[in-house]
Order: sequence, then C-alpha cells, then structure tokens
Amino acid sequence: MEKILVCIKRVVDYNIKIRIKPDESGVITEGVKMSINPFDEIALEAALRIKESGNAKEVIIVSIGPDDCQQQLRTGLAMGADRAILIQHDHIIEPLKVAKLLHKIVEQESPGLILLGKQAIDDDCNQTGQMLAELCSYPQATFASELTVNENSLEVIREVDQGLERLEIDLPAIVTTDLRLNEPRYVKLPDIMKAKKKPMDIMDSNDFGISLEPSLKVISVTPPPPRESGIMLDGVDQLFIALKDKGLINE
Amino acid sequence: MSNAMKIMVMAEHEDGFITSATRKTVNCASQISSEVDLLILGNNTDLEKQAIQIDSISNVLVVQDETFNQQLSAIMAPIVSDLSNGYDCLLLPSTTFGRDLTPRIAVLKDVCQITDIMEVLSPRVFKRPIYAGNAIETIEVPDGQMIVATVRPASFKEVGVSNQASLSVLEMPNIDLPNHTRFLGISSEKTERPDLQVASIVISGGRGVGSAENFEILYQLADKLGASVGASRAAVDAGYVANDMQVGQTGKIISPDLYFAFGISGAIQHIAGIKDSGTIVAVNKDPDAPIFEIADIGIVADLFEFIPEFLAKLD
Repeated sequence: MEKILVCIKRVVDYNIKIRIKPDESGVITEGVKMSINPFDEIALEAALRIKESGNAKEVIIVSIGPDDCQQQLRTGLAMGADRAILIQHDHIIEPLKVAKLLHKIVEQESPGLILLGKQAIDDDCNQTGQMLAELCSYPQATFASELTVNENSLEVIREVDQGLERLEIDLPAIVTTDLRLNEPRYVKLPDIMKAKKKPMDIMDSNDFGISLEPSLKVISVTPPPPRESGIMLDGVDQLFIALKDKGLINE
Repeated sequence: MSNAMKIMVMAEHEDGFITSATRKTVNCASQISSEVDLLILGNNTDLEKQAIQIDSISNVLVVQDETFNQQLSAIMAPIVSDLSNGYDCLLLPSTTFGRDLTPRIAVLKDVCQITDIMEVLSPRVFKRPIYAGNAIETIEVPDGQMIVATVRPASFKEVGVSNQASLSVLEMPNIDLPNHTRFLGISSEKTERPDLQVASIVISGGRGVGSAENFEILYQLADKLGASVGASRAAVDAGYVANDMQVGQTGKIISPDLYFAFGISGAIQHIAGIKDSGTIVAVNKDPDAPIFEIADIGIVADLFEFIPEFLAKLD
C-alpha cells in the first residue's frame, strides 16, 4: 500500500497521578506532563514496522487538538513517521466529531490502512476507530494483538473477552491496537533533530464544515468514592477468621 | 407512563447462552425506564427461550439468520440501527462485543455515544469512569437526543430469570451487508472454572507467581473455593496465562464478592479492574507494594508458603 494513516491523541502521561479541578469541571492538564496516548504509540510503531518491511511507502500521523499537540506529532515524526497533520481545535471534542474530522483526512489522503489506539487513556471512550470505520464504510479489527499484511487484506488477531479471535479484513481497513501488539521504539536524539525538518500541515478545525459543538453535557468530574481503608493481618489463621466473620467463606 | 422512554438492549450471546453482562445491562435499562425490549441477532432458537425469561423485559425481538453465526460488527451495525428506529435509548454491554459494535451504530444514528455507564442518576444523567476510574464523569444527554451507550457490567447486578416476556420474530431487514470481513476462528482456553465476570470469588496472580507452572497452586486454591482465576497484565505479558484471564483497565473489569491478589504489585491499571470487588485480599512479599493501599485485607507473606497453608486449612 502507498500510505498508512496513524491517529494520535495528546493525553496526560500515563505515569501521572491525575488531579481534579476544584470546580469539578475536569482534570488538571496545565503544567502536567503530556504524551502520545500509549495505545496510539503502539499503533504508530505497528505502522512503522509495516513500512520497514516494505509493505507501505509512507506513514502519516494526524492529531486533533490545541497547538501544543505539535510536541506529540514531533515525537511521532522522530519515531519515524514521514509527515504530520495537526487539525487545530482548542475546545473539548467528542469522539464522533473526531471521527468526522478524521474521515475528511481519509478522503484527502486515501490511506490503505488506518491505525489508532483502541482507546485513549484519558476519556477511556474506545469509540473513535470504530466510528471512523463506519463513516468510511471500511472493515475494522479492534483490540489487535497481531497483524499480518497480505496483498489486499490483513489478518488480525484480536484480544476479545473469549480469547483470541482471528479476522481477515479487506483493505482499506481500520485497525485499533491493544497493548501486546508491540513495544514502541525509543526516540534517539539524531531522530529528534531530523524530525524538526519533516513537514507538518496545520489546519483549522473550523474549515471542515462540521459542527464540533459537544452534544453531551458534562455536569461534573469528581473523584471516585474512596474505599474504606484496609487492615494488615498476619498469616492464614487471622485471614481465615476475618473471612468467616464477613461470611465470605464457610467452615 | 405513556411518555416512558423506550429502550432497546442488544443481547450478547456466547456458545448459545445469553451472557450475564446482558442481564446486567438489562438491570441498568430498567433503572432508566420500565419499557425495555431485548434484541437478539442469532441463529439458535434456544436463545429466545432464555431471553423471554429475563426479568424487566417487555418484548423480545429476534432475528434468526445464519449471518449471525459470526457476530461481526460491520454487519450487525446497520441491522441494529434499522431495528432500533423508534427507540429513545439503545444499550449494549461494555464487553469487547459491545465496545466493538456500539460506536458503529452511534455513527448510523449520528449521535455521540456514552461508554461505560456505571450509575443511572436520572433517565438522562449518567455516571461513567474516566482516567482508568481515577475520576468519575457525570454526563447529561439533552432532551430529544437518542441515548446510545454501553453499560459497565461490573457496576450492575444481573436481573433474574422469572419473566414471561412476549416474543416477536422479525424478518431479516433488507439491507446491503458488507462482505469485507471474514471470521477465521477463535481460540479460547477452555476451563471448568466459573467465568471471571460471573464468579463470586476470583483468585489472581501477578508477576510474583513467577511461571506458568507456578500458577498451578492458584488453580488448586480456586478449585477448592469454587473460584475463577485471573491475572495481572504482567503475568499475561510474561506468558504465564492467556490474555482472556487479564484483569484490569485493558482486560476484564470484575466485581466479585471476594478478590485475592497474589504476587500482584498493584498498578493503577490493575486496580481499575478490581475496585468494585466486595473484599480485596492482597498477599505480597513486598510490604511496600501499592496493592496494600487499596486492599481491605493485606498480608505480607510469600505466596508459595501462604497458599499451601491456606489449602491445608480449607481441607
């Protein structure tokens, strides 16, 4: 195939313990380390490996969000993507609207394969890839843990609740990636320097003619109810008594 | 009551059985409205016999067709979208089945989807976890907008099966279906133990278990307690057990009455999968393991000494 498109979301780094805004309007992201959504990083690594094996010529990355997303796109370029597209959008955007914007990019670029993480680790929605697939009328393979590229199709192993499912899907197709697909490479300093020269197209989300106003109303974001603090016990006998007292084991 | 919202729940079934996640989704639906119908796309009349017994269901709608021998989302989405015309709300379980399918339906309905409803505050206001359950978002769906959502099974109890709902057998809708997706097979680790998402006791092992062979001792304990066996991501990545045993944000989210974590350090992604458990017991050699911060009962011990003692005590 000519092109692979990889969709990347900028999220709070997975190592950061999040803090909730005092007015309950959301999670604090100012002054917090941001990264490529880890599942999207796996998607990009998968795309790069397909290109390196000779099965694709170009890897394009796209992100939607504020100007700061350029940092994550530069990281993606340093990993090995050939060029980047940023659709600038400064407000909250729902997965359906993201998918509609991405659909426009798919129409422009006609990639043979589109890779995304199975979900973003901030909103945990797990929607965008499937929505994009329906908008494009393309096949999908979500939760991918193994990927084999054939001439006009892909064979994908999916991690589903029942075990490992094998699907064959015709190209063009959409694949969303799970954790065990690969381990993304580390970026080396010379690659960061090279990435600065790679092309980055910047577009304005308002130019796509799509209504991007949220259609669901977020009333509040609050901490989860705390679990009652636990106790430390010493050995099997004490545990046995405690579990019997709670009626959790018999005898 | 004539203004009650009409809800369609799309049933998930496996090996000829309607899943417990479906009955949990029906429970969520019944908290939104009293008018709940259940849709089955299958190829097995036994499914409808099970379905009409599910409590809180008014009508069971069923389409029997060999197309549904494989549950492929790209094929089912246009059918569900068509059959859910006239409904105010469509709910699916937030299993890999529902997560794969629901967003495609949402596109056909042109509505934003809600993932992982964990609590119904009112018919249009729901709570859902974000950031691996480290924050809870309260969301309102505006009046007049169809609700398309997945329901987090760990947050709801199953409804019972003492009902006698009416049954409507529907024709396969006349829709052009895609042929771009082919099911090649599924490999599952078959086990006699209860399903992870149904079991009242779950025994999980982590990296501390050390090898696939060492998991044997966990299986022994599980069989003694009638428990299911799960694992942390680290144990799955290390190849000790199959992926369908993974408990956590990216594996299964479970809510047993009693959860044992053996040799699991307690990454937030694992904790996200077990937070709804009744009682969490953690056994770990490392007194500083983060799992102890959320465990109801913590024991600093070597699991290879602890479990044999526990087994002896259960004899």
